[in-house]
Amino acid sequence: MEEKQSIFSVFSNGIFKENPVFVLVLGMCPLLAVTTSAINGLGMGLAASFVLIMSNLIISLVRNFIPDKVRIPAFIVVIATFVTIVQFVMKGFFPALDKALGIFIPLIVVNCIILGRAEAFASKNNPIRAIIDGIGMGIGFTLALLLIGGVREVLGANKLFGYLVFPETFKPLVFMILPPGGFLTMGLLLMFFNWISHKRSITEAKKQIAAKE
Amino acid sequence: MIIAKLFIIVIGAIFVNNFVLARFLGICPYLGVSKHWESAMGMGLAVIFVMTLASFITWIIYRYVLLPFESIGAVAVLQTITFILTIAALVQVVEMIMRKTAPALYKALGIYLPLITTNCAVLGVTLLNIKDNFNLLETLIHGFAAGVGFTLALLLMAGIRERLEFAKLPKAAQGFAIAFIIAALMSLSFLGFSGLITE
Repeated sequence: MEEKQSIFSVFSNGIFKENPVFVLVLGMCPLLAVTTSAINGLGMGLAASFVLIMSNLIISLVRNFIPDKVRIPAFIVVIATFVTIVQFVMKGFFPALDKALGIFIPLIVVNCIILGRAEAFASKNNPIRAIIDGIGMGIGFTLALLLIGGVREVLGANKLFGYLVFPETFKPLVFMILPPGGFLTMGLLLMFFNWISHKRSITEAKKQIAAKE
Repeated sequence: MIIAKLFIIVIGAIFVNNFVLARFLGICPYLGVSKHWESAMGMGLAVIFVMTLASFITWIIYRYVLLPFESIGAVAVLQTITFILTIAALVQVVEMIMRKTAPALYKALGIYLPLITTNCAVLGVTLLNIKDNFNLLETLIHGFAAGVGFTLALLLMAGIRERLEFAKLPKAAQGFAIAFIIAALMSLSFLGFSGLITE
């Protein structure tokens, strides 16, 4: 994690190569619980991204003052502070979203993505890089939430952001917005992304062999 | 009447609102530690233990430390921070005591204990205790039952995944992908319990 990595690759890492959801498989609990609709997914994604970026910044700023032994509790306090701020903002400005996300807003504290980035990146890099990393990871997480929320909302309620998608004759599969649908959507999407990366690695291997010959 | 209410809490936490399969809490350890039966058992026992203790202590803190200062907004500002710090400290203390007094148990559960701090099921159960207005006894029972529900789901999953080792799966489905599909089927069957409690 030295300064060699360019700023742009720090940014794009979180979106593609190390997407926290589809590659690292982290932060599953809020991901599956709140994605009954695209708008809930988006709300959760933005809330978690805000906490991620701010805690990355603060932890990176104080990284040289925290003794190694107490770093995890210190990280947790920083994260919990920003989560509390998010709780207030949600309650004040988006009461409907606050109700839909329920206890998963305070649970952002134990989202493994945020603590993971604090430990693996922010505590070893300067503030600017830490912010960029937070933005990249935040976008990656939010996109994943939006995708899963969108799929579940379209199939489960025949709506996207509250608008009708298919004609009324399409009977929505209510099961998709119930808990099993969350697991199923995630499993199938994961399978799809595995299949793509597997296929890509095969074509790359073939190219290398052809180049050698 | 009290017994009936406690019974409903137990059945609710284990089957109807199973923490993993219906409430989506504790998915990370559920997928991470469910590859072998023994480690699933160790993790499950550690979670039951910590959940019960954490429920008890956070309830005391909420009732006797945070509530008296409600007039200056203590609950809203400090609840999340105090709860997570309590859990982190608790896990640490349990680990130390266990190492001194029960080395055999420590050996079995030791490596799972630090992981529990970031298990959202533990923080989740303490927040739900407060949200549902449970008294101390109900809180204890709920914490314990939630742990049992988590362990049940974990053990079922571990049993299935041990068998799955021998199955021929397409490359794309291996690992987490198939685990999610199995979880979906399990969650679907647990949905059948939802008629047990009508309120």
